[in-house]
Amino acid sequence: MPELDGQAGQGGQAGQDGRDGQGGQGGQPGGGRRIWVVPQLRDGRVTRVSWEALAAAGRLAATLAASAPSSRTAATVPVAAVLLGSGVDAAARELAQRGVAAVLVADHPALAAYTPGAWIGVLAPAIGAERPHYVLFPHTYQTADFVPRLAQRTGAGLLPEVTGFGPAAADAAGAGGEAAGDGLVWTRPVLGGKLQARVRVRGAGTVLVSVQSGSFPADAPPAAAAKGDADGNAKVQPLPVDAAQAQPDREVLGYEEAAAQQVDLTKAGIIVAVGRGVGGADKLGPIEELARTLGAEIGASRPVIDSGWLPRERQIGSSGQTVSPRLYIAAGISGAIQHLVGMKGSAVIVAINKDPSAPIFTVARYGLVGDLHELVPALTAAVKAAQG
Amino acid sequence: MKIAVCIKQVPNSEARLRLSRDGKWLDEEDLPFIVNESDEYALEEGLRLAERTGGEVVAFSLGPERVREALRKSLALGAARAVHLADPAFAGGDALATGRALAAALAREAFDLVLTGSQSDDAGFGATASIIAGHLGWPHVWLVMGVELEPAAGPPASAKVTREMESGVNEVSRVALPAVLAIQAGINHPRYASLKGIMQAKKKEIAVLSPADLGLDPAELGAAGSRLEVLSVAFPAAGEGAQILEGDPKTAAAALVQKLRQEARVL
Repeated sequence: MPELDGQAGQGGQAGQDGRDGQGGQGGQPGGGRRIWVVPQLRDGRVTRVSWEALAAAGRLAATLAASAPSSRTAATVPVAAVLLGSGVDAAARELAQRGVAAVLVADHPALAAYTPGAWIGVLAPAIGAERPHYVLFPHTYQTADFVPRLAQRTGAGLLPEVTGFGPAAADAAGAGGEAAGDGLVWTRPVLGGKLQARVRVRGAGTVLVSVQSGSFPADAPPAAAAKGDADGNAKVQPLPVDAAQAQPDREVLGYEEAAAQQVDLTKAGIIVAVGRGVGGADKLGPIEELARTLGAEIGASRPVIDSGWLPRERQIGSSGQTVSPRLYIAAGISGAIQHLVGMKGSAVIVAINKDPSAPIFTVARYGLVGDLHELVPALTAAVKAAQG
Repeated sequence: MKIAVCIKQVPNSEARLRLSRDGKWLDEEDLPFIVNESDEYALEEGLRLAERTGGEVVAFSLGPERVREALRKSLALGAARAVHLADPAFAGGDALATGRALAAALAREAFDLVLTGSQSDDAGFGATASIIAGHLGWPHVWLVMGVELEPAAGPPASAKVTREMESGVNEVSRVALPAVLAIQAGINHPRYASLKGIMQAKKKEIAVLSPADLGLDPAELGAAGSRLEVLSVAFPAAGEGAQILEGDPKTAAAALVQKLRQEARVL
């Protein structure tokens, strides 16, 4: 159970380079072996990807507890949720019922709207004082906006966009073997998902991790987390907010719709989506013909939109629409993770790509490898033939 | 106003990719490198803001000798000069180590604005801008889709910034200058270099900085100064999860339609 005792805030005297002075010497005795999760709210509710981060934390706690040398460490690694906002009682209660050991709540008017300054102003002193081993975040645009700077400020390690982790291979070569550190090896996509990297974190001290959407199913409550009171609910306790530190560093003027969404792709039964591989706005004719033949809507990955080949209302992915049609045909889309998160819930995915190692094939049920300018007209003809 | 733009050179992932012998990264022999996509938009945004305010753009990049080509391209597009952080000690750093070096280089001059791309197309941390901002003590905004300097006339004191959020909603906020902005691809339409620009670029300065110039200890830079270590990289197994339908286009397409009708029952 994290003991705060008003320590938070002591670590907040920013040094000349704006750090909280967490050295690389590891946590204080008894500290460290615990995990925090910082969920994100939308309209006062904990978001789905935040539950996934909690699920990841549960698995991480179980893995660390199993691998820890028992002489040094307690057998359980507690998971605490750390909630920031203003008037967030309902979300705190919801979190308390999900198998975490504690819910630490920073509830303050300065946190009514997200700003990096206010969020870091609360989290940096708390991390400096408590030194959790890991702090997990859902990998969202908000996380990407402030967590790297939180790492810089606290001297923590930064491990963005992980898709999995596990114990290091026992037979691995290299100095000290792969099992150096806490013995965990993490996976994360690089080159837009064309490669998977296996990484480890060296040295001691807190590590800030963001968890990619869809990587840790959130249907079960975190396993192996220490239980709270007799009802199984965790204790909700306040996290001190020093208003002098939790200062917004941007003035939020408002929110606006990015694009008038005249096309609702979320209701489409079939989507034919194109990527950069189509080669130009003048080469979309065969794609449109296939979509017409199937009664499908046309979608696109981000590069197609940025190049102006299709309007932004057709964009599918993390900054566009999230779709789950019964059939999704991806033509010339390599499958960057930002696209995959917007379409991998589709019932059946067909990938058409010249590169057989393109990551789109990892989520597809069927694949055609070759030139889409030959394959798409052939597919249209085959559909027409089948329709009679 | 004086604007710095940080650019990164990344492998052209459309090229044929082979893994290096140690399996930790790509084999860089014969591998074509390009300017990171969102960095091209950052440079364009910087050039436009400099033109509007009668200022100048300085391009920064960290990396080996080949990075000079990316800096030369920035000069051809209109940057006034360039700064190259060139030293083996800078190599292999995670976002925190690279951000530390860039921030130290940027702090040598008085910039009103520092722009970066939102995310590199290789390592993909999306972290450099806010780490730089943390070191400099300036506000930052990540994933910027619009920048308006305020006041519109006279020396800018703040910027009205549109930040992309999930689900097609943007946040509009105001940050005081100086600030660091991470620019999202698609914010503008980057220009092409003119022949005149290419000729002029040959005469422009590319300053070279080492860790000693920045007053930084090599132990806190590059791979030595990074907590993150890449053990190996791998391609996703070809067709993992997907049934690849073989044959010429007509045969493969017919087989696919049959699968979609008989097996998946979605047509």
